[in-house]
Amino acid sequence: MAEPVIAYDEALKNFDPVLGLEVHVELGTRTKMFCGCSTEFGGEPNTHVCPVCLGLPGALPALNRIGVESAIRIGLALNCDIATWCRFARKNYFYPDMPKNFQTSQYDEPICFNGYLDVDIETDEGRKTFRVDIERAHMEEDTGKNTHMGGATGRIHGADYSLVDYNRAGIPLIEIVTKPITGTGKYAPEVAKAYVAALRDILRNLGVSDVKMEQGSLRCDVNLSLRPTPQDELGTRSETKNVNSLRSVERSVRYEVTRQAARLLKGERIVQETRHWHEDTGVTTSGRSKEQAEDYRYFPEPDLIPIAPSREWVEELRATLPENPAFRRARLTESWNLSDLEMQNLINAGVIDLVETAVNAGMSPDAARKWYTGELARVANERSVEVEELGVTHVELARIEELITSGALNDKLARQVLEGVVAREGDVDSIIASRGLAVVSDDGPLLEAIKAALAADPEVAEKIASGKLQAAGAVVGAVMKSTRGQADAARVRELLFAHLGVSE
Amino acid sequence: MAGISRDDVAHLAHLARIDIPESQLAHYATQLDAILDAVAKVSGLDTQDVVPMSHPVKMENVFREDIPAPSLNAQQALSGAPAVEDSRFRVPRILDEE
Amino acid sequence: MSELIRKDASELAALLSSSEVSAVEVTQAHLDRISQVDKKVHAFLHVDTAGALATAKDIDTRRAAGEKLGVLAGVPLALKDILATQGLPTTVGSRILEGWIPPYDATVVKKLREAGIVILGKTNMDEFAMGSSTEHSAYGPTHNPWDLERIPGGSGGGSSASLAAFEAPLAIGTDTGGSIRQPAAVTGTVGVKPTYGGVSRYGVVALASSLDQVGPCGRTVLDTALLHSVIAGHDPMDQTSINAPVPSVVQAAQRGDIAGMRIGVVKELGGEGYQAGVQQRFDEAVVVLQSLGAEIVEVSCPSFDYALAAYYLILPSECSSNLAKFDGIRFGMREGDDGTRSVEQVMSQTRAAGFGDEVIRRIILGTYALSAGYYDAYYGQAQKVRALIAQDFAKAFAKVDVLVSPTAPTTAFKIGEKMDDPLAMYLNDIATIPVNLAGLPGMSLPMGLAPEDGLPVGIQIMAPAMADDRLYNVGAALERALVSQWGAPILSSMAGV
Repeated sequence: MAEPVIAYDEALKNFDPVLGLEVHVELGTRTKMFCGCSTEFGGEPNTHVCPVCLGLPGALPALNRIGVESAIRIGLALNCDIATWCRFARKNYFYPDMPKNFQTSQYDEPICFNGYLDVDIETDEGRKTFRVDIERAHMEEDTGKNTHMGGATGRIHGADYSLVDYNRAGIPLIEIVTKPITGTGKYAPEVAKAYVAALRDILRNLGVSDVKMEQGSLRCDVNLSLRPTPQDELGTRSETKNVNSLRSVERSVRYEVTRQAARLLKGERIVQETRHWHEDTGVTTSGRSKEQAEDYRYFPEPDLIPIAPSREWVEELRATLPENPAFRRARLTESWNLSDLEMQNLINAGVIDLVETAVNAGMSPDAARKWYTGELARVANERSVEVEELGVTHVELARIEELITSGALNDKLARQVLEGVVAREGDVDSIIASRGLAVVSDDGPLLEAIKAALAADPEVAEKIASGKLQAAGAVVGAVMKSTRGQADAARVRELLFAHLGVSE
Repeated sequence: MAGISRDDVAHLAHLARIDIPESQLAHYATQLDAILDAVAKVSGLDTQDVVPMSHPVKMENVFREDIPAPSLNAQQALSGAPAVEDSRFRVPRILDEE
Repeated sequence: MSELIRKDASELAALLSSSEVSAVEVTQAHLDRISQVDKKVHAFLHVDTAGALATAKDIDTRRAAGEKLGVLAGVPLALKDILATQGLPTTVGSRILEGWIPPYDATVVKKLREAGIVILGKTNMDEFAMGSSTEHSAYGPTHNPWDLERIPGGSGGGSSASLAAFEAPLAIGTDTGGSIRQPAAVTGTVGVKPTYGGVSRYGVVALASSLDQVGPCGRTVLDTALLHSVIAGHDPMDQTSINAPVPSVVQAAQRGDIAGMRIGVVKELGGEGYQAGVQQRFDEAVVVLQSLGAEIVEVSCPSFDYALAAYYLILPSECSSNLAKFDGIRFGMREGDDGTRSVEQVMSQTRAAGFGDEVIRRIILGTYALSAGYYDAYYGQAQKVRALIAQDFAKAFAKVDVLVSPTAPTTAFKIGEKMDDPLAMYLNDIATIPVNLAGLPGMSLPMGLAPEDGLPVGIQIMAPAMADDRLYNVGAALERALVSQWGAPILSSMAGV
């Protein structure tokens, strides 16, 4: 079953890869594309259905405005042109998860077209920006879900029958298709992965989908073909499905390059077909042959009215776009005076938004970074949660910073206060009060503590008085201990010297 | 224009998922050929600058708000189903992965 | 008081409103009539005796309690079996939906219920509305009450026959290429196809989505208008429905004044291919219109000669897609599932067993017309011809207010006469098809009996989009004049079932 492959480097010596990526995004609208059924995940089978999404005789589709808006916003974020007039089309084919045995989609009139996305990859020559041209983004609907029964693995081969749940049928999908991606050379896998990652970032940022590849709200099909040199015509491509993670994107591209190269070098031809990626074994296997391309008999959908987004509406939607993530990162790196590595740390810790909020509220970038990548990251790690799940906001942090600056808290006390915030005991001041965490600011008790420490260690006073100032450390330590860390060490030291009549 | 042959009918019947018996293929082909001949008349009109009309209605931008509406319950949804199991539609084995 | 079943809907409405009769009495009278004659006519596929009487009883109770009810509350109606009715079988005249009970109501059905109209049952039709004679019903043909050996027209032969047989005073049909108007013409009744988008298609099993419309049927123009105003109107569940007020059809039907109106006679819709008696009665009707003060103008719409060809490309294309959902998976018949066969095999066998041959013919033709390589020449070209037809109408309506023609080229032919020749059958729609392609409203009403066979002939009136009221104005004027001429409504001449 596993096909022979050759080494990747060997493959690249002989061929030039051309990529094509088709990404389907499941929109996070409240209702389906063509009916008012809920899109909520989970739910008992066939309970989020109605005559429309079940494809019952007589039912008609009713287009969801937010589906259209989301499509336009996605197109704008991908630098696409937005159609001035377009329609839906019927894509006709039979399959049990298709309630109408046609999919309401778009054919030669996509709502968005001619866009691009710039992605960064690491190459031998350092970081490079690669422009992926986008052919189109269009609206369509999702299918129901088949569960195959009776077979060994729950996969289709050998299954006796299937059970169909139409809850998912009709959920809005946006399909984003790249133009053939050429010129990647050996970096094809990296470009593919970077593209999907960047796309995912943008979509998440737009708020149009939760883009979870593992859950299927972001799906990627990888098309790959090889040609002897970039000057040659495009070769026959394979389409690989079941690519469910960024890692799979990269690995499946790499594998397909080696598989196709092996065949071509043996003089065999590439079959135009759909293949299935297996993350566990790291190979693709043959699915349906697309030798005879399916005739979908597209024609304009007569049950839906054409969409003609006015340029005013498009501009209104453009104004709702958040800043492009890459631009934002560059801007903040400069504004916060960070190195690329420091910014990368913020991104990896997932705290860039939190830091920005804190800075906007007045905290210094350094202080914010210190907290979020330092103490808060540590606490979050201990509890195996994300930093933002701790629920510590810039308000608490700003107050703690303030109290540290004024001397009312030291770092050790501050950490305890933070514990209290995470434990939801209340705001900073009430935690300090209830836990008794304030630095002792009254000299009286400090002096008492100093005297007690000196009394416990009679020789040390002489040592200090005779000029061995470092001996003061032991006294300060003892006072800190007896005040449970609630003394300001510097003040203790000052008082000690004053008490002994020694100058520093 | 080419007519419809018996083999054409067989191919189209497959596309349309209708199991027309072998014995009837030729008969359908004859009838369809005659009909096709008659409808091919449309090519007789000069339509060079004509914009195709796929719809009598001249509207644009008809939308529904993204507000949930009542769904059927599972029992209603499955009420007409020829075969049901586990609250889902039971279908014979599917040969090909989609 | 003459028999309740012989009364018009408007007469019944008046009697019900004044409580001179009860809805139960009226309903029972019609149910009795159905029991008496439907064995011969076979207009009904399903009679909902219990449901009809329950509705009638409810209307009576509410009226007695002083509740204000709609004009047609308590009036019975026959519903073409193509509209989804919750809890009642809906077969579309096909075996593939035998036993299917929809879990929802079509919007039109909801409106009828809200208006208090009593739904007597579902009427027979050509399978999936494909036909002009109701002979393609999987459940046997309907017989024309004028001559039981003749067809009642199609696809809505059941609805028109139920009216002509006095089984119901009102009926609902659908019209894609003439399926309301042609049956009306051959049964001596009135039928209207509203402007496309004027009546909701939600819940109406689709044949050709860009052509289908639901429409009212009755024995008089006024009755039809009353029903039209109940069922028409915007529906958010049908995004192709028109968001505008319903034209004032009832007022127009009550007026019936055409003095000064310009009426166009379409040159291409008449003459050769039309039965002599049909043409004669049409020419006479045109003279009557003139005598009522209308100006008659001859108009030419050359593209109409291509309408039939364009229609029989567009309809099969759309229906091949609309009928794909009938696959034995979610509803309806499933055949061949013996546990060993694949879903593809079961789908294919189910469809072959469940669809009749006219349906299969049109699906195959449509699949062909949409296939890669053929789309431009067939479907694509047909849509251009459609545009030309719309243009011809626009040019005509710049000169006249309405157009007229005979509704159908012949009177009712004998059952079995045209079944072997699909093309001959298609020719029945030659005059009715153009308005479907252009989305315009059209009416058929009786214009007399053909001299050679004594069978009813109908005149078709066509109007611009959203001008449905013009149909009723002209129709009412002509009806008044003709009935006066005949001395009695045309159905009085019917020998009786």
